[in-house]
Amino acid sequence: MVNIGACVKEPGSTRNNKTGSWRTFKPILDKEKCIDCENCVLFCPEGCINKDYDIDYDYCKGCGICAEECPVKAIKMERG
Amino acid sequence: MVKKVFTANRSVAEAVKLAKPQVVPVYPITPQTTISEYLAQFVADGDLKAEYIRVESEHSAISAAVGASGAGVRVFSATSSQGLALMHEILFAAAGMRSPIVLVDANRSLSAPLSIWNDQQDTISERDSGWLQIYAENAQEALDSVLIAYRVAEDRDVLLPCMVCIDGYFLTHTVEPLDVPSQEEVDQFLPPYKPYVFLDPENPMSIGTFTDPEYYMEARYAIEAAMERSKGVIAKANKEFAEIFGREYDFVEPYRCDDAEIIIVAMGSVCGTIKDVIDSLRDEGEKVGLLKLRVFRPFPTKELKEILEKASKVAVLDKNISFGMGGVLYNDIKVKTNADVYGFIAGLGGRDITPEYVREIVAKTKNPTHEVEWIGLKKEEV
Amino acid sequence: MEISDQEFLAPGHRGCAGCGATVGVRLALKALGKNTVAVSATGCLEVITTPYPETAWDIPWIHVAFENAAAVASGVERALKSQGKDAQVVAFAGDGGTADIGLQALSGAMERGHNIIYICYDNEAYMNTGVQRSGATPYGASTTTSPPGKESFGEDKPKKNIPMIMAAHGVPYVATASIAYPEDFMKKVQKARETDGPAYIHLHQPCTTGWGYDPSKTIEMGRLAVETGSWILYEIEEGEFRVTYRPLQRKAVDEYLMAQKRFKHLTDEERERIQKNVDALCTELKI
Ligand SMILES: Cc1ncc(C[n+]2csc(CCOP(=O)(O)OP(=O)(O)O)c2C)c(N)n1
Ligand code: SF4
Ligand code: SF4
Ligand code: SF4
Ligand SMILES: [Mg+2]
Repeated sequence: MVNIGACVKEPGSTRNNKTGSWRTFKPILDKEKCIDCENCVLFCPEGCINKDYDIDYDYCKGCGICAEECPVKAIKMERG
Repeated sequence: MVKKVFTANRSVAEAVKLAKPQVVPVYPITPQTTISEYLAQFVADGDLKAEYIRVESEHSAISAAVGASGAGVRVFSATSSQGLALMHEILFAAAGMRSPIVLVDANRSLSAPLSIWNDQQDTISERDSGWLQIYAENAQEALDSVLIAYRVAEDRDVLLPCMVCIDGYFLTHTVEPLDVPSQEEVDQFLPPYKPYVFLDPENPMSIGTFTDPEYYMEARYAIEAAMERSKGVIAKANKEFAEIFGREYDFVEPYRCDDAEIIIVAMGSVCGTIKDVIDSLRDEGEKVGLLKLRVFRPFPTKELKEILEKASKVAVLDKNISFGMGGVLYNDIKVKTNADVYGFIAGLGGRDITPEYVREIVAKTKNPTHEVEWIGLKKEEV
Repeated sequence: MEISDQEFLAPGHRGCAGCGATVGVRLALKALGKNTVAVSATGCLEVITTPYPETAWDIPWIHVAFENAAAVASGVERALKSQGKDAQVVAFAGDGGTADIGLQALSGAMERGHNIIYICYDNEAYMNTGVQRSGATPYGASTTTSPPGKESFGEDKPKKNIPMIMAAHGVPYVATASIAYPEDFMKKVQKARETDGPAYIHLHQPCTTGWGYDPSKTIEMGRLAVETGSWILYEIEEGEFRVTYRPLQRKAVDEYLMAQKRFKHLTDEERERIQKNVDALCTELKI
């Protein structure tokens, strides 16, 4: 049954929707190169890079912002 | 309970004070204005502990009301005519979001031409918004209806907003003696509001979401179902109201209908005049009666059928017009009952509905020549 | 600056790959933290974050219509206050919902002094309905309702200056920001929260779909706007105006314009005119 007033009482439930399937290019992050600037974490529109710089590919849409904004080119966009 | 002599606007303000809403966003408009003034004074004097929001428009009044209701508190607002029309968009949202807001509308005609006087075009035009609508006949009924409105709107089986409609000037600015109930009595009748949705960081929810064709119909059907369920809730509220306050209300109120051959159907303050005319006509040997419709939405089909189908003819008085179709109440009754129904448009823009006009309606119903007639038109101006 | 590690806007939302609006909301919520209630106007953000039966919001959130976010926020703020809850109310509305159809409700709410933060996420057009111009569309931009043609070079009016209109209301904290300068933006959001009374932040937010650039360039585009002086970062605290970021060496506006499809049609002459206007303002502000 549709909730009363179509309210949603399950916060953050778009997590059920794995947008990783949208991706054509995949960001690969090289932690060896990383200098901890946090750019990729702050600028990801999906918020799918955590503070240990693990990318959650379930949601990454492959936009390429993280790679573009990494000052040391620690992130490469690869097909697939 | 204390006896007072108040206008309906004042009686509404007293009812609001007793119902204790926490947020009151209002914008003044004739003839509702004194409601917003009384409430401002109550808040200024500390007699009403509410957040009074002096919004910049009725659109924002109802928007703030939906926001406050969403945040989990009881809300009141009031408006009239152009103000209600300006709210139109958000009235639908309030019902769809299932916000149990109570709003009083001081019935007034819609522009153009601009007119500040009474008819019921404003609220009738919002009949499909998903709001419950109650029409009051006098100041006492206005006060009582606000309390009943909260009780019904906030019921978990309903959760729909409710509009209490009071005729501009005829009620809003006319003083009448009435009983103002005590706080204890009201508290007994109206429990504190327990919201179904609220905005609390400890329990986050999203209200007012976006639906695709997978869900929209079901959400709208839920309003239809709630509207239907509200009938039982209203009946129960009326019963408890009578037990506590000693005044009885129903969906419809028949007046000398038992053996009536002609029954007039009407809503609001005009029912007083009609009752007087019926008494005179009865003295003259005419079998006429009045069926006052108090609850317009949900539409009390069963009650109307029961009474109207016994009469040989039914005259419906509408203070509104759906151009080319006659009055809206006339059409609703025609669709929902098997009575022989005739429609009469009267009292638009404050045109007085005199006893003579009521007699004319009865005469025309006896020997009908048209399905719908305008009563009280000045032929020389047409 | 204390910034939450937590995310309050969940992934899985339906924003375009590279959407700048969600970057803006994520940053704002990181600065505000958990004890926040959000209000949205109809627009991209609302549609992409609450596809029933899902929501991307991890904090309480409400939406009612397009033009009334400020009025809804007013009601929410007072309702929370009446219950003794001290959560911060933040409204997010697009440039259309702010500069055009929502301006009256915004003016009313700001003038009444509600304790709310209003963030206009400005992507410079009505994106949700397919890139029509708004009052915040910049001079020269092509949109679906300000297309260039034989008789037109695109949008023929300069961008409406909403932050200054807010300042004229006497709003105690007014600021502009860009998603490309997260520290500056988040600092402003926190100042806004500390402000007693209303605060207004006008957040510049590039939109890959509406502006016509590669999704990976969303931040780059925001940066170019600021580095060329096309978008200026400032704040107005209790009437005191202060530029919060000055580019070391202002870049040519062409660099910004040429990178986007919406300005591609402009002639040299029109771009020069834009450069002149930027120069005039930047000189005045010593940028
Ligand atoms: C009263 C009303 N008019 C028009 C619309 C259609 N509409 C919905 S969103 C929108 C544009 C939103 O633009 P903006 O505020 O800039 O937000 P964006 O989508 O760009 O994020 C329009 C025109 C509406 N929903 N309500
Ligand atoms: S490619 Fe885009 S979505 Fe994927 S991790 Fe990088 S910034 Fe996030
Ligand atoms: S942007 Fe590059 S350097 Fe910065 S945190 Fe991410 S991977 Fe590391
Ligand atoms: S159209 Fe623009 S603002 Fe809207 S979701 Fe896409 S990128 Fe974001
Ligand atoms: Mg926009």
